[in-house]
Amino acid sequence: MTDIHASVTARRDKPKGRLERLRDSDLWWSFSRSRSAVGAAIALGLVILTALFAPLLSPQNPYDLAALELWNAELPPVWMEGGQMPYVLGTDVQGRDILSGILYGTRVSVFIGIASVLVSLGVGVLAGLTAGFFGGWVDNVLMRVGDVLLSIPIILVAILVSSVAQALLPPHLREAGISVVLVLAIAMYSWVQYARVVRAQTMVERRKEYVQASRLVGTPARRLMLKHILPNTLTPVFVTATLNFGLAILIEATLSFLGVGMPPNQPSLGTLIRVGNQYLFSGSWWIVLFPSIQLCILVVAVNMLGDWLRDALNPKLR
Amino acid sequence: MLAFLIKRAANAIFVMLSVSFIAFMIFRFVGDPVELMLNEQATQSQRDELRSRLGLDQSFIAQFATFVGNAAKGDFGISFRNQQDVMAMIAERFPATFELVLVATFISLVVGIPMGVITAIRRQTWYAETMQFVSIIGISLPSFVVGIGLILVFSVLLGWFPAFGRGETVQIGWWSTGLLTHTGRMSIILPALSLSLFQITLVMRLVRAEMLEVLRSDFIKFARARGIPARAIHFRHALRNCLMPVVTLTAMQIGGLIAFALVTETVFQWPGMGLLFIQAVTFVDVPIMAAYLCIVALIFVVLNAIVDVTYAIIDPRLRGADK
Repeated sequence: MTDIHASVTARRDKPKGRLERLRDSDLWWSFSRSRSAVGAAIALGLVILTALFAPLLSPQNPYDLAALELWNAELPPVWMEGGQMPYVLGTDVQGRDILSGILYGTRVSVFIGIASVLVSLGVGVLAGLTAGFFGGWVDNVLMRVGDVLLSIPIILVAILVSSVAQALLPPHLREAGISVVLVLAIAMYSWVQYARVVRAQTMVERRKEYVQASRLVGTPARRLMLKHILPNTLTPVFVTATLNFGLAILIEATLSFLGVGMPPNQPSLGTLIRVGNQYLFSGSWWIVLFPSIQLCILVVAVNMLGDWLRDALNPKLR
Repeated sequence: MLAFLIKRAANAIFVMLSVSFIAFMIFRFVGDPVELMLNEQATQSQRDELRSRLGLDQSFIAQFATFVGNAAKGDFGISFRNQQDVMAMIAERFPATFELVLVATFISLVVGIPMGVITAIRRQTWYAETMQFVSIIGISLPSFVVGIGLILVFSVLLGWFPAFGRGETVQIGWWSTGLLTHTGRMSIILPALSLSLFQITLVMRLVRAEMLEVLRSDFIKFARARGIPARAIHFRHALRNCLMPVVTLTAMQIGGLIAFALVTETVFQWPGMGLLFIQAVTFVDVPIMAAYLCIVALIFVVLNAIVDVTYAIIDPRLRGADK
């Protein structure tokens, strides 16, 4: 009798681990029931893991010009006549292994995507909090700037910022600076979305009693904003961030495809497609096809996860 | 109503001023026009003379005012690269882009609306669910990848359509059209399709959502009770009530399509404004970049303003709207 009692209390008192809490949550339940979300998560996980371990997995270092052999140029994929191991997906006109190029290129694309989401999320959340909390002219200025940015098509903003900034970079910084420029060009536009979401939520939260009470006991504004209001605005921010991650990868790929993004010596997926596009009519379709497929898998998986997350976190749909 | 109009116009003018400020700043940032226009042996007095002739010795604000004044008259100067009048170059390319956007919009409506209706009224069927699934993919596929895919299948593999260019064109006044010749019509199909794919999915999703809402309403139930055939209910009564948002979406998206056409134009080497812009970007030909930015922003802003004003005329509640 006492034994049972002891074990029951023990079970009740044992603090749950993070993993266990996650498995108990509504979010996990909804995730495991959605076939497209699980599929997208697996695809995305595979793409990101293989990109992360690209140096270990790829048969060749595509940046190392000494490893390229011209007599291995334009080899078709192995399952076709003339294909050779280890070039599973064939080679391009310089004898560069397509698979290695894709793995390294995905790395660049994912890195720029994550970096621009982090930058725009940071700036946007701060701007939204400040605008929503203080209101008045701060709010007016921030939101008008956002309006102007959103009234120009995103692709134009990104092309202009990226091309002008690249023209202004001093030559010795150009190599390293381009990815930073791209991140900023993408973030410059997308912070507005976070700012709007957070601002709307902040304006609701700041009138609530817990904020009033906290203000009454003399909590400074900054602490009030960051510690009390911010956590309550984060749910829609996650959804925006996921969807924006997909958008950021897409814009980076488009810029690189148009020739104002990553240069051919440090290619992203978009650059690979741009280069491959030139050989579309020469019969070497694999140079352009495989990077395109990889890009599509990446973007579609991220968007599907974002779609699912938006529905799962929407209280109206529960 | 008058107050609303003035407020809306002021807003539009503010946006245009900001955009022209951005364009002006690009001019200021990228290179010194005096260095670009004179050769290296030019003397200091020649430089000073050109500088004052171009108005570069005036104050920042005076220069910006001159820029805005000239831009409003459609004068963006001459191209750095081939010394032609920028406005004339853009006017020459405009018909190609406009026709592309027009055909793409047409395709998106003709394909998107029926797809939206079908996915709404046959919700449980396999083909409706397939369309739903494809539409999620369609909305996330990069437009240039779609273009390359279309070229790969329909030009390289099947050889049905040309992969680049505009085909033969016919000159009507200053407007050059490709829609009147056979090669022109064949050439526009692939680029227009690739540009409209995103739009199709948007229209389809919008029509579906609206249809589901309308089909639940009382007047539809009443129509069913009266024994009106299902086809007439769906297409005559329900669909008609869904079209207003579709018209709005289409009008608002045309600006975006014109801007996005630059990607399609690059893929298909379509000789429109967007291709001109991308070529100008690679050569840092600032006058063309600035002019293109201002023109696309103007189209964007004017369309948005028209949509807002039309809404205010239809729905009086929006006039005093203070967000």
